[in-house]
Amino acid sequence: MAEGHSAVVTPMSGGASGENYLTTGKGPLSWLFTLDHKRISVMYMVCILGSFLLGGVFALLIRTELWAPGATIMSADTYNKMFTLHGAVMIFLFIIPGIPAALGNFVLPLMLGAKDVALPRLNLLSFWCWLAGATVCLVSIVVGAVDTGWTFYTPYSTTTSTAVVSMTLGAFILGFSSIFTGLNFIVTIHTMRPEGMTWFKMPLFLWSLYSTAIIQILATPVLGITLLLLIAERTLGVGIFDPALGGDPVLYQHFFWFYSHPAVYVMILPAMGIISELVSVFSGKRIFGYTMIAWCSIAIAVLSFLVWGHHLFTSGQSGLLNMIFSALTFSVAIPSAVKVFSWLATMYKGAINLAAPMLYVLSFLFLFAIGGLTGLFLGSLATDVHLHDTYFVVAHFHYVMFGGTVIAFLGGIHYWWPKMFGRMYSEFWARISAALIFVGFNLTFFTQFVMGSHGMPRRYYNYLEVFEPYHQASTVGSYILGLAFMIMAYYLLHSLVRGEKAPENPWGGATLEWATASPPIATNFEHEMVGLDPYDIDSLTFDRETGNYVRKDPGSIFSKPIGEE
Amino acid sequence: MNQVETHQGPHVASVKLLLVVWIALMFGTWLTVSVTYFDFGAFNILIGLGIATAKAVLVALYYMHLRWDKPFNAFIFICSFAFLGLFIGLALMDTTQNQPEMIPGFGVPAASAAAPEMP
Amino acid sequence: MARPKIIDHNPDLAHHFESMDQQRQSSRLGMWLFLVTEILFFGGLFCAYVVYRVNHPEVFIFGHHFLDKSLGALNTVVLICSSLTMAWAVRAAQLKQRAILQLMLVLSFVLAGTFLGVKYVEYNHKWQHGLLWASRYAPDAHVLAEAGVEVTAAHAEEAVSESAGGMPAGETSPALEALPVDETGTRTPMDEVADTEISKIGPAATGPAGLATSGDLAAAEAERNAVSVDPANAKTFFSVYFLMTGLHGIHVILGMIAMLWLLKLAFQGAFDGGHYTKVDNIALYWHVVDLIWIYLFLLLYLID
Repeated sequence: MAEGHSAVVTPMSGGASGENYLTTGKGPLSWLFTLDHKRISVMYMVCILGSFLLGGVFALLIRTELWAPGATIMSADTYNKMFTLHGAVMIFLFIIPGIPAALGNFVLPLMLGAKDVALPRLNLLSFWCWLAGATVCLVSIVVGAVDTGWTFYTPYSTTTSTAVVSMTLGAFILGFSSIFTGLNFIVTIHTMRPEGMTWFKMPLFLWSLYSTAIIQILATPVLGITLLLLIAERTLGVGIFDPALGGDPVLYQHFFWFYSHPAVYVMILPAMGIISELVSVFSGKRIFGYTMIAWCSIAIAVLSFLVWGHHLFTSGQSGLLNMIFSALTFSVAIPSAVKVFSWLATMYKGAINLAAPMLYVLSFLFLFAIGGLTGLFLGSLATDVHLHDTYFVVAHFHYVMFGGTVIAFLGGIHYWWPKMFGRMYSEFWARISAALIFVGFNLTFFTQFVMGSHGMPRRYYNYLEVFEPYHQASTVGSYILGLAFMIMAYYLLHSLVRGEKAPENPWGGATLEWATASPPIATNFEHEMVGLDPYDIDSLTFDRETGNYVRKDPGSIFSKPIGEE
Repeated sequence: MNQVETHQGPHVASVKLLLVVWIALMFGTWLTVSVTYFDFGAFNILIGLGIATAKAVLVALYYMHLRWDKPFNAFIFICSFAFLGLFIGLALMDTTQNQPEMIPGFGVPAASAAAPEMP
Repeated sequence: MARPKIIDHNPDLAHHFESMDQQRQSSRLGMWLFLVTEILFFGGLFCAYVVYRVNHPEVFIFGHHFLDKSLGALNTVVLICSSLTMAWAVRAAQLKQRAILQLMLVLSFVLAGTFLGVKYVEYNHKWQHGLLWASRYAPDAHVLAEAGVEVTAAHAEEAVSESAGGMPAGETSPALEALPVDETGTRTPMDEVADTEISKIGPAATGPAGLATSGDLAAAEAERNAVSVDPANAKTFFSVYFLMTGLHGIHVILGMIAMLWLLKLAFQGAFDGGHYTKVDNIALYWHVVDLIWIYLFLLLYLID
């Protein structure tokens, strides 16, 4: 499937009527007021990728500034704003809603054979909350970009003159968006599973979205009240976190991390779900250890609430609690490792198809393993005192969040792109781009591990000459990343107008979303579906003429009309 | 759907039940206020919390229909309190373990704390 | 092949559900999950409350004397009554009794308004006497003095026995002079606080450069006691009080708006078909507002 293979533009078509969800309803209002989960997901995707671009520009500006010690292209104050905005935009606008709202929203009802999520109005409200929150954040960036770091730690955030109130208000509204999405997913999975789909016949992506939703429901409200208290602190002076008024700034850190540590699992859990789907399909094999992977998702969700104190090891947290949190932190490694080993075992002796999504899976396994293992260094008390607030932490975080979540998100986009838009992208350029991302990423962040272990503190504007080669290598790496994303943007957009028409099931997935047209019709399916084994890859056979995988027993996934059995 | 369908329809609470629960809640309020006039030491707060929780359980079971609802709804409601307990408990463990004497210069009379060493 | 399993033709059934039961279970589960988020949302404030109360018990013992127990109890009764009327409204909606539903919604609305009215009286009293959150905390001397009188009246016996055990008389100040003095020593709201109930953490004020805390705790404490009858950081109590009751009050207002909306729908006959999900969900929300108040009343008004 080389680029530009299909020169003839064929109209997008879906079900028997030729209509699909993209063509049902015209005009911007039919999008803005749609209740169709697929359209909401596409709007989310556009907005979230826009935020990713914005956050990426901030990142490139930071890396450019760090090319040489001292001032390079901006002042120290601007630099403080840049890294804060990079963090805040990437976390709150991009990576938290990223996989659940953009991909999960599209795929979840399809995987359930359902017509929509259980609460479509709430789904739309979630998107509107995202839009409102993002607007407030953008206004805040224009009127007085915050410079506190994305964590808004007191007393920085209570003393700075920048627009903390509007930024935290934006994040507060974005919290509702996240809660509503999670709530909807839990309800949908509980009440909308098709006939035959028991809990342990659900695709693992749904298990991971379910676990993610548990965290979104239980943790996000605490962020809400934290940000509200911060706003009250700045506008009224309630003094809960302000020592001058009798408050406790370390309490803010407890509040903040009670949400924000589980939130990193909001980011990584759905990514793990995508990997579970992809690794099975592109290895042509049933997933290894289904039940364990499912339970490990839930275990990670629960354990994620027990480890927040590892962010406070050097904040004067009590020694006893430090030890408790350190031990609990190690325990999260167990379910994560169980998953990684299961994915490796799935690949073992599989017929591996090195298509672009699989390249992302391989990247994920490599980078996530590094990110996860360096997390153990940071979780142990003695090494953390040395590594805390250095580039080592920055590198660890990016290996998990970029090397884990973003890589899996990209894998998911490439995997479901044909389903979402009915077009195939250029496989050649997709592989080039995946390889460049892998190289660029490692160049950017592995050097940061080295710098960090040598004592380069994070968030510094200036640095010693000895770190200059590392910083320059890191900056070059970030430019390679930028280039790779530009290539990706080009071939994905190109595919929308000139891509080959995608068949129903180009990859050979056995989950239900591949059993409907690409792109699907507005009501998703022409028939009532039944839930079959989602990893029964052998039930499909490749049809060389259409490039499509078809079921050996086509009738097996349709629910039998009453009285026919 | 593979859920167990309950075709008997939603439960309707009788007026008598609503009023009995209301009387119990009123009695609970009177009791909460009354016990504050007696000194049971540290038990006062426990007794108060006990009565408040009993009231909360009554409201949840009967006014909020949890008794006739799917057990899962009760489970998630209880979970919210469990996670809240976790949050408060661990945050509290930190503050009760404060060791201000480890801060250099703390607790030393101001006069003798000349030029404290900063870490 | 047409969809084979359409069995329910209720006009209230949304297109993506197969039965009314499935639809009802979905909305109820969704509402319960939302209530979970409400519990954890308030949970942050409860956490702040517990942390400060455990570390500085004397602040809470002092502060609660300025809350009117009877007004708090009245509001508890008002909210419990409104919970009853909301539960009754759900019953009426289930049984398609439009008139009773309207009556119950009106009653609930009036009771919620009464709650806010009482709250207004309380807030107004505190506003006038400077009993506000941390940065605005500036209590009138005579209010502190009156609180001292109340304490003496209510706890005369215990206070006498406690101070007979050697309560040191503090230095006098304008505020202290206003307090009634008997032969056992000075009466202040703090006299009834047992030694074990006094914070072990010193006040964070001034200290060696770069540190928040004074080098000499005892001196700082004595200096404070010389000018004030309230314990260090008494203002924290009022911050917590206003945050908790304020956030609760906002929820009451949101509940009232929702009740008005239900009332409008009820007058339009939207519930005559027995599709009572909206009433049910808002009643659930309202009961949680009631539940939170039950705890707030206990934890803020009934300390000690």
